Amino acid sequence: MEDEKQILFAGFGGQGVLSMGQFLAYAAMNTGKHVSWVPSYGAEMRGGTANCLVTISSEEIYSPLTEHPLVAVVLNRPSLDKFETKVKPDGCLVINTSMVDRDPKRTDLMVLKIPVNELAEEMGNTRGSNMILLGAYLEKTSVVKVEDALQHFEVIYRGKKEKVIKRNREAFLAGVEWAKKNW
Amino acid sequence: MNKVLMKGNEALAEGAILAGCRGFFGYPITPSSEIAEYMARKLPKIGGIFVQAESELAAINMVYGGASTGTRVMTASSGPGLSLKQEGISFISEAELPCLIVNISRGGPGLGGIQPSQGDYFQATRGGGHGDYHTMVLAPASTQEMMDFAILGYELADRYRIPVVIMAEGTLGNLMEPVIVRDEVTNFVEKPWAISGCQGRKPNIVNTLHLTAEELEGRNRHLFSKYEDIQMNEKRAETFMVEDADIVVVAFGLLARVIKRSVIDARKHGVKAGLIRPMTLWPFPDEHIKAVTDTCKVILSMEISMGQMIQDIRLAAEGRVPVEFYGRIGFLPNPEELTREILAVAERKGL
Amino acid sequence: MATVFKRPESLTDAKFHYCPGCTHGIIHRLVAECLDEMNIREKAVGICPVGCSVLAYEYFNCDMLEAAHGRAPAIATAIKRLKPDCFLFTYQGDGDLASIGMGEIVHASARGEKISVFFINNTLYGMTGGQMAPTTLLGQVATTCPYGRKVENEGYPVKMAELLAGNEGSAYISRVAVNSPANVVKAKKAIKKAFETQAKGLGFSMVEILSTCPTNWGLNPVDAMKWMEDNMIPYYPLGEFKVKEGK
Repeated sequence: MEDEKQILFAGFGGQGVLSMGQFLAYAAMNTGKHVSWVPSYGAEMRGGTANCLVTISSEEIYSPLTEHPLVAVVLNRPSLDKFETKVKPDGCLVINTSMVDRDPKRTDLMVLKIPVNELAEEMGNTRGSNMILLGAYLEKTSVVKVEDALQHFEVIYRGKKEKVIKRNREAFLAGVEWAKKNW
Repeated sequence: MNKVLMKGNEALAEGAILAGCRGFFGYPITPSSEIAEYMARKLPKIGGIFVQAESELAAINMVYGGASTGTRVMTASSGPGLSLKQEGISFISEAELPCLIVNISRGGPGLGGIQPSQGDYFQATRGGGHGDYHTMVLAPASTQEMMDFAILGYELADRYRIPVVIMAEGTLGNLMEPVIVRDEVTNFVEKPWAISGCQGRKPNIVNTLHLTAEELEGRNRHLFSKYEDIQMNEKRAETFMVEDADIVVVAFGLLARVIKRSVIDARKHGVKAGLIRPMTLWPFPDEHIKAVTDTCKVILSMEISMGQMIQDIRLAAEGRVPVEFYGRIGFLPNPEELTREILAVAERKGL
Repeated sequence: MATVFKRPESLTDAKFHYCPGCTHGIIHRLVAECLDEMNIREKAVGICPVGCSVLAYEYFNCDMLEAAHGRAPAIATAIKRLKPDCFLFTYQGDGDLASIGMGEIVHASARGEKISVFFINNTLYGMTGGQMAPTTLLGQVATTCPYGRKVENEGYPVKMAELLAGNEGSAYISRVAVNSPANVVKAKKAIKKAFETQAKGLGFSMVEILSTCPTNWGLNPVDAMKWMEDNMIPYYPLGEFKVKEGK
């Protein structure tokens, strides 16, 4: 339990929030960690707000839930408004500045800002914004090492079309490079 | 050891297939539909049968028919659907047909909501339909147990010729965790009672009608002697830090697992907490409860309902220690909230 | 000495419990004769209903299952799907099939389940003492329509054969009666045709069989036959409503 990390991903449905959480869970599992992924539980399958919580630990995970995640990755303004106060003291906020028009109020948190929609548009890969963000986040924090995540890309996307895997890998790497330069 | 990241609903469905399930009959309802969808994809590829029934009534009666052929069959549903299925479950119980019935639970009464719940505890553990009977009820707490209990469920169902209910909160159905995929089950019991044409033997009859009082009483006594065996042999519970616990929480399902963390956190605050997690809700593991009444000062039932299992806990505790209750409706409480409640009960009791 | 008449092998030795003059006995025999003649007794699974024929599992000498009220088609569906070599038949009354089991029968037909349904229409609930059925005729008295069935209160009697014939999955639908030797012969032909439809895998088959209930109609057996002819057959015309030919 000592190294247990709980990371919340939140945004609009369709921003790839659930799948980036799943990617992280897969990647962490493949490095031998205990993981869990639990989605927000709502009637709306499309279009509404979505969030998921990923727990990563080197020991058995008792609670896949928490009031206070260590990290909140927010892809839109409503998610920041909803979760800023929930993050653990001295935790971390990752903010998609393309869709969030205010700064966080809390001062105890590590704040990482990234304009992922713009970056995705520059790449001509608008659906890749979630992977850009994840690449940047992992480069900065090594919750899962970037090389481990890359090593398991094919396994994680098993069954998906090669083109889809390639576009996601490109987005992920673009995020990694952006973090190296900006964070 | 190959671990696969799976959702609880998928793990359960895959577990059923590994156990030899070759017939799924269901009607879609949130939050259980993923099981039907998984079966609709998989079963036709392995020579199994998937039928989306016109109603829950039809679905459970297809299970009745399917199970009567000796095939391992199942259905999955949620609250309102389970209510409709009760007629069939009563028939299946009396006809002593093995099958698996899954309740991915949502809150009621009425249409209620689609959030996780444990409010079907009474329905599941008291039989649920008309007449004197029980089903066995398993309560998994992890994605791995969703798979393992599907396999165990069929084994128990066949051994005792009884419908087995797996009850899991909706959240557990959606929870993704690594699962060790088990081996395919290869040893099956003979079912000489099955109906599939009487070639080479006398006709078999599957029947639940017993018009004379003597015959009906005999049938009920037969069922209840079987239930006695089940109560003798099949009670299952996990205990966690109960040896020195002053306050023992009793909870089942995913909620119980969340409470493990609360138990540890409560101990960090100096409160000696422990947990008993019934894995079988019927038969209820009353000996596990009774065993801690000599050492603990209070039992705390935590449920996602207004308090149902607490009645079984009180029966098991036989008044030796007070039994307190904490329940929420419509969602799985976070561990922090549950820790606060454990600490509050400890303070009230001067622990 | 040559045997010219005997109990079909597909019937047990049990004595029928049916009232004097009731035509269930004739229909049981016709079904059993067809099972014998087609040599499918050992592959047959019969599903009996809730109603007068609830004890049919004691009379048919093949694998039998006793269903909940109205659910026989759902049960038969699962057994046939899992054991496609079996011959599935349900034996259902009008309350069972046309009232509480309306959902199950319509959808079994719509799915084209390869089962044979024998629907015994005697215009009321016999076993429970003569209550109104969906098939009770207008003006007919039953214990729950003691002043006679009225359109404004109970609506119109349901014509199941016509209704199910409209389903694409139905391969053979007919209505017969057992009120005369000639009609009994026709009824047997229809029952056999239903089984043959199943054997050929053409789809769903149902034979609606107009039957008498002297006890609850308050008539002697002979008058009951006449009542059927005068009142039932005009509203429930006999004949084949759907015949899907095999390839």
